[in-house]
Amino acid sequence: MTQQFYVSPEQLMKDRADFARKGIARGRSVVVISCADGIALVAENPSPSLHKIGEIYDKIAFAAVGKYNEFESLRQAGVRYADVRGYSYDREDVTARGLASVYAQSLGAVFTAEQKPFEVELAVAEVGPTQAQDHLYRLTFDGSIADEHSFVVMGGQAEKVSSAIEAGWQASLGFADAVRLALKGLTPVQEGEQPAAALPPSALEVAVLDRGSETSRGTRRAFRRLNDADITALLA
Amino acid sequence: MQESTANQVAANATSSFTEHLQRDRPELLPFSRSLQGVASTAAPVQVPHATTIVAMSYGGGVLMAGDRRATMGNVIASRHIEKVFPADHFSVLGIAGTAGIAIDLTRLFQVELEHYEKIEGTQLSLEGKANRLGAMIRGNLPLALQGLAVVPLFAGFDISAGIGRLFSYDVTGGRYEEHEHHTVGSGSVFARGALKKLWRPNLTAEQALSVAVESLYDAADDDSATGGPDTVRQLWPVVYTVDRTGARRVPEAELAAASRAVIEARTIAGREA
Repeated sequence: MTQQFYVSPEQLMKDRADFARKGIARGRSVVVISCADGIALVAENPSPSLHKIGEIYDKIAFAAVGKYNEFESLRQAGVRYADVRGYSYDREDVTARGLASVYAQSLGAVFTAEQKPFEVELAVAEVGPTQAQDHLYRLTFDGSIADEHSFVVMGGQAEKVSSAIEAGWQASLGFADAVRLALKGLTPVQEGEQPAAALPPSALEVAVLDRGSETSRGTRRAFRRLNDADITALLA
Repeated sequence: MQESTANQVAANATSSFTEHLQRDRPELLPFSRSLQGVASTAAPVQVPHATTIVAMSYGGGVLMAGDRRATMGNVIASRHIEKVFPADHFSVLGIAGTAGIAIDLTRLFQVELEHYEKIEGTQLSLEGKANRLGAMIRGNLPLALQGLAVVPLFAGFDISAGIGRLFSYDVTGGRYEEHEHHTVGSGSVFARGALKKLWRPNLTAEQALSVAVESLYDAADDDSATGGPDTVRQLWPVVYTVDRTGARRVPEAELAAASRAVIEARTIAGREA
């Protein structure tokens, strides 16, 4: 019989956290920006079908970085949670806060109880009637939850991207400017020579939550995914 | 061991909201409760019943219309009930039968389609939607046998084929594709008679609207459970059209004009029928 070595809880949690951080740092970044037109979600993602950004409910969207199978299962669980809640109560009663707290609990439970923590970082965004009423929640692999007001950046180069966006962010930005700002943050800066070429639309995944989708598009569902042509048109 | 985990994951992967409820929250399904306690010899429970729905194809799409009355025995339970609903962006459904169950079933169907779209990232095919609705109606069969039947009519625009299509159902969930036009509910016989004379191929959307309003007028004329246009309360039928651009609810003003035109023409004619 093999003897189990004693590992202190501090060391165990630190090892798990380091493991999860390493996994997340390998991925490309995702940016979620709240602006005057609504909320823009921008990810660097060359795949047109394996999405990092998804619709959860009428006013709520989801963005993630990390391992695809892990955040995809969380996204589907979120859609189920929201649909069951909206069906058994009312559509109005589905909130980003409720969803974020369920995600925080699941991530926390997986972090402490499972063989390995989830290597993911999530953002849950809910568009409100005005920019000040938007909700952005950022959830990390250990179940910590943070409430942001203007933007969320997740993934490998989060700190670098974040400082670039912080410099240009204003509450009055439109979608075009918000996406441009996100691209500026996501495009890696090259040393010395002229600025790096901007990312082509095919390497991007962009979706928006429209503010006031009822009046502008006649639907409660604010989520809208932009295809390559839409992105080109928006940035033109 | 590994294989059984894979099987488990595969078995749990469903894009259907109804299947998810059946597994995790069966009490939320509209047809989960059986009336075992109620003696089957007792008279059927008195509950509001929704009545006539008409649907027809026209050049470029399909149209569905429903009157605004629900009855409970010989009492009018509601003058304002709406029985035609958008199911998603490209389809609508109308319901006849037990109103309480039918409205919940509609809500479930709407969530079912949206849920699939969100999980899969793509819309169900029109045939797929029609089959799902059939399965839900079959789920309600035990209650239907106790007198709480729901019979829907489903219409949508088939994007891949580029045409509007109509589907009718029976209480066992049987699904039948209808051509030209169809009606369900207590006034359906009279509405169908009217449609046979009024419907023509390649109607415009405006013509189809007035045909629908007139056939409902005829149904209300002969069926006490169907409500006609109510000029006093300003109540008009609920009408949806579905074409290549999606489902659209016909605005009140157009319905008022179409209803008044039918009433006026009948008044001028001054005939018995």
